[in-house]
Amino acid sequence: MEDYDIVLGARGDRRLMATDYIQRMIPDFMEFHGDRLYGDDRAVIAGIGTIGGLPVTVIGIEKGKTTAERIRRNFGSAHPEGYRKALRLMKQAAKFRRPVLCIVDTAGAFCGVDAEEHGQGRAIADNLWEMADLPTPILSLIIGEGGSGGALALCHSDRIWMLEDAYFSVVSPESCANILWKSTEKAAEAAKSLGLTAEKLHRAGLVDRICHGDERKKLAAEIAAELTRLRAVPQADLLEARYRRFRSVGC
Amino acid sequence: MDLRKLFLKANNEPEDSNPMVRSRYINCRGCGKKLSVARVRKNNFVCPECGRYMTVRARRRILMLTDKRSFTELDREMESRNILGFPEYEEKLAAAKEKSREREGVVCGTASIDGHRCAIFAMDANFMMGSMGSVVGEKITRLFEYATVRGLPVIGVTVSGGARMQEGMYSLLQMSKVSAAVRRHSNAGNLYVVLLTDPTTGGVDASFAMQGDITLAEPGARIGFAGPRVIEKSLKQALPKDFQRAERVLSCGFVDAIVPRSEQKAYLAKVLAIHEM
Ligand SMILES: [Zn+2]
Repeated sequence: MEDYDIVLGARGDRRLMATDYIQRMIPDFMEFHGDRLYGDDRAVIAGIGTIGGLPVTVIGIEKGKTTAERIRRNFGSAHPEGYRKALRLMKQAAKFRRPVLCIVDTAGAFCGVDAEEHGQGRAIADNLWEMADLPTPILSLIIGEGGSGGALALCHSDRIWMLEDAYFSVVSPESCANILWKSTEKAAEAAKSLGLTAEKLHRAGLVDRICHGDERKKLAAEIAAELTRLRAVPQADLLEARYRRFRSVGC
Repeated sequence: MDLRKLFLKANNEPEDSNPMVRSRYINCRGCGKKLSVARVRKNNFVCPECGRYMTVRARRRILMLTDKRSFTELDREMESRNILGFPEYEEKLAAAKEKSREREGVVCGTASIDGHRCAIFAMDANFMMGSMGSVVGEKITRLFEYATVRGLPVIGVTVSGGARMQEGMYSLLQMSKVSAAVRRHSNAGNLYVVLLTDPTTGGVDASFAMQGDITLAEPGARIGFAGPRVIEKSLKQALPKDFQRAERVLSCGFVDAIVPRSEQKAYLAKVLAIHEM
């Protein structure tokens, strides 16, 4: 399969969405709303529950399945309010020493006048800033699209796992081709050059684990086991390892 | 050679671009008037006729903000390589080096401002639009780490089109890397003042440009996450006047003060002095 086919597949509307994973893995999930500053962003689902018996705070980006649902979820593109809701609940998780699970599926942070004027850049920057020092384990699971800064805002984590057919990229292949070669027809070439597949990112050491389709049933148990292991790590060591993880990228 | 092409290209060059082939006169892109370079330089690269802010190279920016001969550069040797084997990246790097006369898109070091010691970085718009690749991220991270160990404040001057696509995820993850280093610098009680210049967008806006203790901006600078054309296209509506301009971004609550170029050095000196008390 070509890399660009993986990108197109990751956008497919018949895939399992964040809510599906939450339903299957966290049956007692309770959703909490609002950023306590301005509003409630429906593109981001957040709350608490247990995964394999372990209490967790869950943050998911949801695209929606039906047209009405997709519109309500803004097609999975979060506003600053969504990132701030995520951050509010991540800080709460740290207070109760509860691990955080982020389920990422977004083409990118929303680009619009309101999003800009409410501080989209600042909201993402704040998440990176706080997650860098959040004293509780964080595991991010990319289930479909990992679109640029909007996905990264939920991936400053101890572990980044990706489904084998997901992608994570600095830019969409279409925009990349358009900016560099003034032609969206070269998107496939851009996709191949960007190194955005789970396999390539895992090989580069940027992603910790690839989750294969036939393991999906065991996923909850494995996430719970990994978060339990991370919870046993002394806080200072956990944060130092998180620092080193990103410190080593690129040079 | 097509002279029109040459003319167009010259006209698109940032004013303070290439010292070797600089003529003694330039045309202001704001008012079109012919100005002597000496006059423009003396006015901090602000057009004396129309007040337009011209692009300033990183190295000159540092000279403008710091005490004479106080700057010592760090990590000057670092150069990017084509990690992903991305098409045409080597050629673009070579062209950027030629155009900017820098090895990469950020200049870092230590200096003093009216006698106050600090670490300082300035990004360079002439190097692939100030895009952030691994070397830009690494140099800024090293500067924050250096300043953390020595208890130095950091002054940062940003200008960036965002992450550097040619380095794929290595580039995106620099946002995380730099943010973590800025956080450690802050945890140790150190000051970080950031000066946002035109344009500061994308991945830089969504990381260390928005993580200063004090956030300053140049008049009229474009500051934002998404490009205005992307927004206009997706919304099919006209944008508000001054959208993403420093003055409006300040009104929205994301900038502490807008500081004209002629006052920046004195402003920074005052901030540094208060933090030394
Ligand atoms: Zn002028």
